[in-house]
Amino acid sequence: MLPEHIRSELCAIVGEKHCLDRQEALVAYSYDATPMQQSLPDVVVMPQSTEEVQQVMRVAAKHQIPIVTRGAGSNLCAGTIPVGGGIVLVLNRMNQIVEIDEQNLTITVQPGVRTADIHQAVEARGLFYPPDPGSMVISTIGGNIALNSGGLRGLKYGTTKDYVLGLEAVLPNGEVIRTGGKLMKDVAGYDLTKLLVGSEGTLAIITQAILKLIPKPQTQRVMLAMYADMAQAARSVSDIIAGRIIPGTLEFLDQGTIRVVEDFKQIGLPTDVAAILLIGQDGDAESVDRDMEKIAAICKKNEAVQIKVATTPEEADEVMTARRSALAALSRMRPTTILEDATVPRAQIAPMVAAIQSITERYGLHICTFGHAGDGNLHPTCMTDARNHEEIERVEEAFAEIFDAAINLGGTITGEHGVGIVKAPYLEWKVGAAGIEVMKGIKRAFDPHNLLNPGKMFAKETRNRVVIDRA
Amino acid sequence: MLKEALIEKLDYEELSNCMRCGFCQPACPTFRETGYEAASPRGRIALMKAVADGVMQPDQDFVDQMNLCLGCRACEPVCPAGVPYGQLIEQTREAIEEVQEHPTWVKAVRKVAFTHLFPRQDRMYRLGSMLRFYQRSGIQKAVRKLGVLRILPKQMGEMEAIMPEASGRGIREFLGATVIPAVGERKRRVGMFHGCIMDVLFSETNLNTVRLLTEAGCEVVIAQGQVCCGALHAHSGEREEARNLARKNIEAFTKAGVDVIVSNAGGCGAMLQEYNHLLENDPQWHESAKWFSSRVKDISELLVELVEPDAWAGLPESKRVTYQSSCHLRNGMKVTKEPVNLLQSIPNATYVPLREGDRCCGSAGIYNLVQPEMAGNLLDEKMGHVAATQADILVTSNPGCLLQMKAGIKRAGLEGQMEAVHIVDLLAGARRKNGTSSDLQA
Repeated sequence: MLPEHIRSELCAIVGEKHCLDRQEALVAYSYDATPMQQSLPDVVVMPQSTEEVQQVMRVAAKHQIPIVTRGAGSNLCAGTIPVGGGIVLVLNRMNQIVEIDEQNLTITVQPGVRTADIHQAVEARGLFYPPDPGSMVISTIGGNIALNSGGLRGLKYGTTKDYVLGLEAVLPNGEVIRTGGKLMKDVAGYDLTKLLVGSEGTLAIITQAILKLIPKPQTQRVMLAMYADMAQAARSVSDIIAGRIIPGTLEFLDQGTIRVVEDFKQIGLPTDVAAILLIGQDGDAESVDRDMEKIAAICKKNEAVQIKVATTPEEADEVMTARRSALAALSRMRPTTILEDATVPRAQIAPMVAAIQSITERYGLHICTFGHAGDGNLHPTCMTDARNHEEIERVEEAFAEIFDAAINLGGTITGEHGVGIVKAPYLEWKVGAAGIEVMKGIKRAFDPHNLLNPGKMFAKETRNRVVIDRA
Repeated sequence: MLKEALIEKLDYEELSNCMRCGFCQPACPTFRETGYEAASPRGRIALMKAVADGVMQPDQDFVDQMNLCLGCRACEPVCPAGVPYGQLIEQTREAIEEVQEHPTWVKAVRKVAFTHLFPRQDRMYRLGSMLRFYQRSGIQKAVRKLGVLRILPKQMGEMEAIMPEASGRGIREFLGATVIPAVGERKRRVGMFHGCIMDVLFSETNLNTVRLLTEAGCEVVIAQGQVCCGALHAHSGEREEARNLARKNIEAFTKAGVDVIVSNAGGCGAMLQEYNHLLENDPQWHESAKWFSSRVKDISELLVELVEPDAWAGLPESKRVTYQSSCHLRNGMKVTKEPVNLLQSIPNATYVPLREGDRCCGSAGIYNLVQPEMAGNLLDEKMGHVAATQADILVTSNPGCLLQMKAGIKRAGLEGQMEAVHIVDLLAGARRKNGTSSDLQA
């Protein structure tokens, strides 16, 4: 519980209605989309302007109260859980699209704008904001920037970091900084824009962003290619890119996922194939057609057992159903669904999937894998039950081995979900002890009193690495 | 104690199945309106689970948040994990109702409505007769003239103003028969669920339902002994009374020996389809409840199945038509395409899609009376989209939505430009081409 005088200071800034410490509000802001994680804040504060954020930050600094900033709470790394209590700062009320600048091809937004709303607003003008995280119908752009979210179009278009041109952010002392701007070139000093993108709310509170837009591609086409052998699917991915084609979408489902999807949706997928690739291309009609033909030829050469090219929007929708239903189908199997995101260079997808399979068998678990084949970002997804503590321990061990395998293959512990609490014990595996020290130094420079999102990114202890014996 | 009641009633397995992804939020009208996590399905489930886990005490804020839910179930189709939110909120309301101390007058009203009125169709008809007398005798005119309605809460006054002409007789009395033969070859033996309010306030719609069904080749049976579906009871936490009603309906339709049980009200149909869940823990009735639920269909499904799309004769004159879907028809019964297909196949009707026609209109049973502010906001937003269609006819498929749309048209000043019509009545005006008409007369 917060002392009454601090509560009234906060209420004076945002108003009674937007400063809540009723039990029901504390529970409602005690979780995000991460399984098995929950912690109650002391107060929930919902500001509506940068000035209000500044004032709230000053109160927090004066009384040394931790602040966790949050949008839709759709992240999967427990990044928005208030582990140490304190203030949950909800930025959903700052949800205005400030400007769409068609001369400079930029959009200026407040952090609480939903990502899908950005898409809708710019596409109505023939423009395009490519980053499309899986949760974009609910996630806010502030959260996307804080976590540097990826999505299905990462391979061709890059991720959120490639579209953030400038930021306005409130520092822990209440000062405002503005980085970058509506410009493509800017080398004045350290790149604070890039530093804040992906900083997971640990350095500053993002209150406005300028994003880069590009012209909207004219057409889109998709196909499904099915393989009896995982290695052939992986080779197709490499061959497509080696063939100088960068698809807009290049997604992958393993056999376990295919079976569950087919069982759930009955869309006529063959359940005996080892892998399915969902390949899409966008651009002008002529080059899309040409690319689709070339891609189909490459898939055939790699012995795809079946290729389904969508010729109408209805067929395209049908083809997309397989990928779109993956999470729904998997999550209906057991009460708890743990969706992870180990990432490897795309040439290593086949060995990575094989490693996940062997680890899964060794631990006697049910893990299926799907994800973004084009950029090597895989989602091994475990169906389990949080109430079974013994099994959950095995799940944790298995995932530790999966992350280890990813690093051994030149990959990383997270490609788009972020570090938060969940990946913190593994961060050192990826960046090394010296890397951690540099990061901690940056954190101290921004936030000397550790007020912003404490307990995230840096774990008290790094987990011991598993040594995997790979023949 | 509410806590104990909740722990007893709530399906903990389903609470655990919520993975908190938040995909339900953009679909939820109360979340869209407030932006407040606790006013979303994910938030409400989190609150329920927090109570079950002992993290929080169910206080008045908890109860308020549960009551703010419309029960429209728009969250269910978008939930990746398939959490049956509608059942969870009903279980919660049952627990709240069990321990809640209502003021004496509320208790009395609830008792009259839930125990003595809705379950007794004969009394509904008598009420219908009284309402008809009120409407026809000139009292209504006098009341309106004197401004007596101003003493009623605003929403109730608005409802009085759009109340259709009531009837003291139900469909059975109108037709004087309980089995109405199919026109031409008999394709199905259909049990018609006539509803409680439907049969009093919308008896013409029920009559049109029989006309359309018989012309489509159905032998229609008006099963005797059928009662209110129990939806209003279940949504208000009176699940036990809902179970009693369910048993009576199952018995009535089992005796009637029908292939299909057809409903023309989304709210009723969805409830009838859930009898198997409602009676899950009743070993004596569970099997027959499953039999019953699996046979329930909406009339639009049956018409799409039995009538060729080019068989409709068409409207007498050209009209623009738009469609507000009923939440329970769409999210409960999962009927989405059929009503639109029907509208698109009527000659002389130009179908115009309604923006957010899949969003709750705010009627939601008696929600517009108990939560007037939220219901009013939702209705205003809805009528903005409705006006933009420039339709002549706004079609719905549930009595509550129909009344709400009538109220909305009045409220938005669209009277004279547009009317709200039940889909069955529209179709009846576009009856099938020559030679297949039934000549049922009221």
